[in-house]
Amino acid sequence: MTTSTTFDAPAVAPRRSAARARWLAVLRTPVGAGAGLLLALVLVLALVAPLLWSGQADRIDTSAVLQGASAEHWVGTDALGRDVFARVLVATRLSIGLALAATSIAVVLGLLLGCAPLLLGRRGGRLVTAGVNIAVAFPGLLLALFFAVVFGVGMTGAVLAIGFAGAPAFARLSQTLAAGIAERDFVAAARIAGVGRFRVLLRHVLPNIGEPLVVNATIGAGGALLAFAGLSFLGLGVQAPSYDWGRLLQDGLSGIYIHPVAALAPGVAIVVAGLAFNLFGEAVAKGIGLTTALGGGFAPGRASRREATRRDARRGAATEDQGLPVTDPGPEPGRPVLEVQDLSVTFPGAHGPVRPVRGVSFRIGRGEAVGVVGESGSGKSLTALAIARLVEQPGEVTAGRLHFQGADLLTGPDRAHRRLLGTSFAMVFQDPMTSFNPTRRIGRQLAEVAQEHQGMSRGAALARAVDRLRSVRVPAAERRAHQYPHEFSGGMRQRAMIGMGLMGEPSLIVADEPTTALDVTVQRQVLDLLAAVRAEDDVALLLISHDVAVVGQVCERVLVMYAGRVVEDLPADQLRTGARHPYTRALVAAVPDMDVDLDQPLPVIPGRPVDPAHQPPGCAYAPRCPLASARCTDEDPALDDDGAGWRVACWHAGEVAADRDVPGAAPVALALGERA
Amino acid sequence: MTSTAEAHPATGASRRGTAVLDGPWVRFAVRRGGQLVVSMWVLVTASFLMIHLIPGDPVRSALGPTAPASLVAARRESLGLDDPLLVQYVHFLGGLFTGDLGESLTSRLPVSQVIAQRLPATLQLALLAFLVALALAVPLGVLMGVLTRGGRRRGGELAFSTTSVVLGAIPEFLLGVGLVYLFGVQWGWLPVAGRGGPESYVLPVLSLALGPAAALARIMRVEMVSVLQADFLRTARAKRLPRRRIYLRDALPNALTATITLGGLLLTALVAGTVLVENVFAWPGLGSTIASSILLKDYPVVQGIVLVYGAGVLLVNLTVDVVLALLDPRSAIRES
Repeated sequence: MTTSTTFDAPAVAPRRSAARARWLAVLRTPVGAGAGLLLALVLVLALVAPLLWSGQADRIDTSAVLQGASAEHWVGTDALGRDVFARVLVATRLSIGLALAATSIAVVLGLLLGCAPLLLGRRGGRLVTAGVNIAVAFPGLLLALFFAVVFGVGMTGAVLAIGFAGAPAFARLSQTLAAGIAERDFVAAARIAGVGRFRVLLRHVLPNIGEPLVVNATIGAGGALLAFAGLSFLGLGVQAPSYDWGRLLQDGLSGIYIHPVAALAPGVAIVVAGLAFNLFGEAVAKGIGLTTALGGGFAPGRASRREATRRDARRGAATEDQGLPVTDPGPEPGRPVLEVQDLSVTFPGAHGPVRPVRGVSFRIGRGEAVGVVGESGSGKSLTALAIARLVEQPGEVTAGRLHFQGADLLTGPDRAHRRLLGTSFAMVFQDPMTSFNPTRRIGRQLAEVAQEHQGMSRGAALARAVDRLRSVRVPAAERRAHQYPHEFSGGMRQRAMIGMGLMGEPSLIVADEPTTALDVTVQRQVLDLLAAVRAEDDVALLLISHDVAVVGQVCERVLVMYAGRVVEDLPADQLRTGARHPYTRALVAAVPDMDVDLDQPLPVIPGRPVDPAHQPPGCAYAPRCPLASARCTDEDPALDDDGAGWRVACWHAGEVAADRDVPGAAPVALALGERA
Repeated sequence: MTSTAEAHPATGASRRGTAVLDGPWVRFAVRRGGQLVVSMWVLVTASFLMIHLIPGDPVRSALGPTAPASLVAARRESLGLDDPLLVQYVHFLGGLFTGDLGESLTSRLPVSQVIAQRLPATLQLALLAFLVALALAVPLGVLMGVLTRGGRRRGGELAFSTTSVVLGAIPEFLLGVGLVYLFGVQWGWLPVAGRGGPESYVLPVLSLALGPAAALARIMRVEMVSVLQADFLRTARAKRLPRRRIYLRDALPNALTATITLGGLLLTALVAGTVLVENVFAWPGLGSTIASSILLKDYPVVQGIVLVYGAGVLLVNLTVDVVLALLDPRSAIRES
């Protein structure tokens, strides 16, 4: 902070007030406020304690030697009859002062070393960096002992020793920070403008790394305090007649059997003061979004955060069903592979439960390929996870009926369906880069399915895995099986993922955006592979995609989802020209093709998808719909069947808005089939 | 990620069955070995220079102002301190390879003998503490991770985090004093000083292990929670494996990589922590010897012990890197 007030570089000015606001916000959090208060108390004590209690602390009273706690001496007296409590309070100044002095030395030295690469140029900079990297590997205490020998035993020596020992860590920190700043555009601009290295450092780099440096210095001061106590405890720091907490602790420990409190009191003081610095620093760091030395850890990615939910759909699930035996009844001709009725998924929200999936019903026949399309957030993926029973708590799945191969997935414990789902229900996830365990070989990840569910031996399961990899056209399958996921390309991984689903004998593959993360030529290959697998074993497919064109090519039927509901269920060959729901038409119209007029803006669906937390009472699409009437905003249309299996949920199904330019109203020449 | 994946087909033909001997692993070994050699050299040079950086005459200050000048001169002579610096350096390096670390200024014993006597006690202490810390931290962290995944049991999470932060912030020597008070003074269950039967190990090992264990368990929990949200864990669940297997075989190794990285730092700190803990418990190891030797200005002994501690730290770091590379092969390749 001090650095940022010294220089008025334009890049800093807006940051300063923002920084102040963030620091104030930290003080309003419980931890920040508590730690801040504690720190303030310690600092005030360091200032006033010697003024108030020095006399008491130094008064020798041979008639009251080594006394226990009493009204007069709260924590008793030491070997010379001096009041221990007063001594602990008075020692605050020296303990804190020395810790701060050592920290300042560490920060200044660290800053010099850390910024050296910016000033010295390439070769000298690398040498400094290498030196810092080596020094940083040694624990601070060891470095402090080394320097304590060099600088000599005593207070000054210890301050220097701890300061020098702390420098490498700060050097590493400022190096990292400075390197980050030095790559930013405004620094590059300054360099091109001919601003010298030193000036760039002063005006641009230092002010911008001031804040994280101060935060880490606060935490570092806590460490220096503990280190100083340690050195003094070893007799290498403060020497009699001066005393800090470490010294008092050493004196107290020798008499711990007679007078334990005298050892404990300075110990408590050290811990409390150390924690005050530490917690305050951590709280600020957290508040302003910094990572400190131990505060690392990965921010969960979008995809994984989306899945911060749990399986276990039992509670609240409608279980009025008669409940067939939970074992695998096997495929039966005529019976659908999957039957879903009134499926909903509910999450607790800030303002009551949120239902991103609301009453979805559909069935998939044997060998049938069904596509699910819709914008992001329409509930496609969640529907897939719900039928696979992979929704985690706090998400809750309810349904009137959820039958897979005749088995009721809503009744009975997960365990009962494990084998059925593990062998007959295959899942292919969107991102092949993150969907394999990075620490295990691909072959083993496939093989464990057969080991677990088909009772195969390790060797037989691996042989099966190799065979399955071969079947999904992974070249050199045997060698590949021994490789780790990072040795596979994206397309190869997605093949392996499909192969994993084929370890059993699946009757249904649920593929959730299987090609979204892949480039176009690889997409084609993966889709062809899915088609081939289907054709070979009569496997049903539920293909989720936001890509209308892909679904149109691969599937026989298409479910169109909007705001957690199925709004249209139509034959895939009708998707391009025959769609009855205005949303379906708009989706189709938004797909550009080779004939599209590039001088015109691409058609988009106006408005934004509905926030699942704020579902309107009527049709969720009404606010964006060109056909919307009063009825649409009041009443939600049901998903009605036309008798031939074509279902639409719209009050104006099939109508065309005559007087407006509705996307998709006029038949758009879409090259769905011809695209590839 | 993509670039390594694409790069492989080219070198792929030679890879079969010899995963440990091929390109990335050789590069890893060379790079890591080079690092070790350079660090070792810096350590050796620094400890050689230590004695020369001390202001004034180290022998005079060790023997005290009253010692006769002839004795000081004789001792300087026997230490070779009057030779040119470079000659001394060469002698020092040569001595290292033959196990000759000079002799103590006070006891006249060879430094190597002092170290040989004291090292086992310190090694036992550090290794036991390391094992205890792991044995406490990993299961506890995994369990807490599983229990608090996806924001569950916030109360339990808060209690766990608070306890582990506080416990981790107490330096080992203060923990030692607290344990001495409770188990030695208050209850009288355990011996508080010296190295004797198994019961004498309990308190020193605990005071060394509890802090790192708390910090490790905390990291372990955070990592476990984040791994449990990973895409590949959903894949594992989609394979319908038993939960315990998912946690132990899919989640744990991935959570361990980050834990070991940070745990390595804690373990080197644990090695250094023996210095303080040995002084609390009057443990006859290197740590109590180095502290008393610094006070006695017995520089050759200090020099020797600094070397041993430094080498111990480098060894821990090396072990950590190798274990990491084995657990997560990407970490070996990433830096090359």
